[in-house]
Amino acid sequence: MVRYLIPPQHTDLGPDLVVAAHVGELKPNSGKIFPFAGRPALLILTADGKYHALSAVCTHLGCTVQYSADLHEVWCPCHNGKYSVDGANISGPPPRPLQEFSVVVKGNDIYVQRAQNS
Amino acid sequence: MGASANLRNWLDERFGWDELMKFVRHKTVPIHRFSYFYFLGGMTLFLFGIQVCTGILLLMYYRPTPNGAFESVQYIMTRVPFGWLIRSIHSWGANVMILTAIAHMFSVFFLKSYRKPRELTWLSGMVLLFLVLGFGFSGYLLPWNMLSLFATKVGTNMTDQVPLIGHWMLVFLRGGEDVTGATLTRFFGIHVAILPGLATMFIGLHLLLVQRFGMSVPPSVEAETKAHPEKARELRFFPNFFLRELMAWYVVLAALGCLAAFKPWELGKKADLFASAPAGIRPEWYFMFMFQTLRFLPAKVGPFAGDLLGVLLFGVAAAVWTCLPFFDNSKDGRGKRWITGVGVFALAYFVGMTLYAYLV
Repeated sequence: MVRYLIPPQHTDLGPDLVVAAHVGELKPNSGKIFPFAGRPALLILTADGKYHALSAVCTHLGCTVQYSADLHEVWCPCHNGKYSVDGANISGPPPRPLQEFSVVVKGNDIYVQRAQNS
Repeated sequence: MGASANLRNWLDERFGWDELMKFVRHKTVPIHRFSYFYFLGGMTLFLFGIQVCTGILLLMYYRPTPNGAFESVQYIMTRVPFGWLIRSIHSWGANVMILTAIAHMFSVFFLKSYRKPRELTWLSGMVLLFLVLGFGFSGYLLPWNMLSLFATKVGTNMTDQVPLIGHWMLVFLRGGEDVTGATLTRFFGIHVAILPGLATMFIGLHLLLVQRFGMSVPPSVEAETKAHPEKARELRFFPNFFLRELMAWYVVLAALGCLAAFKPWELGKKADLFASAPAGIRPEWYFMFMFQTLRFLPAKVGPFAGDLLGVLLFGVAAAVWTCLPFFDNSKDGRGKRWITGVGVFALAYFVGMTLYAYLV
């Protein structure tokens, strides 16, 4: 009965490399949520023109975070957790940093892939 | 012999009808300055009945799938005749039922109605309160909107903090690692089959225990009637108390009708699994004190992770609260003062944190 109630694990998490956005799609100091490995991820273009890609799942209780243009930080509205643009937890209840992904710009596309060590 | 007498004989031969009527005629309810609190349990039961009826009506159109849930509730509210009313009564009714259940619990607590021999009545009542909260939590996801999606993400994620079995509980509740369509289907099953079955069982047990031990009289009133037995007053349950209870139900029904008509329950935006949580997101009022506490807790409290500590504290507090009757066994039957202090603290914490979350 217990084994019946626990669903089988899905091992297919999708591709390790996805096109998260196109060049010019994001304004500086903004972010975009995109699906990655079956979960939401966040692509950020900072005010100084640098891309960052992070898991968008808050390490506190699993809400989906967003980029706050006012704070220049990643913010979780559920319990007011805050992260820097490279994923470090800086204030509020989040216990761990957000997982960071690598970003590669090729032609007109912005690719996000799992970092080699993740 | 008339038809009614024949029917009565028929019932009496099979079910002991006359015995039952004799019992009903002799059942009484004590009357004192706190008697109004006796209505709260009946009101909660009445609201449960309303939830069952409106829930069955909603089932005629509701579809528990990620592509159909939101649309089917939208269809109920915009196209089905009186659908908006049925859905609004169901949503408001859930909130009012939780309110009366919590008020019933605190009234039983402060009137010390859980004292010997009514410990099991309290325990069965606490199980019912947890079931009612389970109804609220599982039903909240069913419209499949943004608020319900994130409330479910946070609520189920809290179980992951429980040591040893936490992750198993999370996967069991979600039907997988994440909140998805599988969670919706699972919550639907829990909401319309598992919880109603359990609730029916425990309501039966609770009523049986209330019947067996009768209505409790608060210690202060008990002391007064011991000193002045001539002051003890009672009311016949049927029809006197029953008609008064019926009036209370009527008031509840009128209040629900007003709420549903003048402030129909909103549907919000359809859930998007890949959208960020909307700003200002918060759970229903009855979980607000937990939500606010978790906001206050930092990432680390001493050697503990803040969220783990929060979940453990709430778990321990709920267990201690449920077992309080077994600590309150004073010889004079008046109950221990520190237990009342715990109750005052619990009520102040619940109300204070809820108000803080809404007002600050």
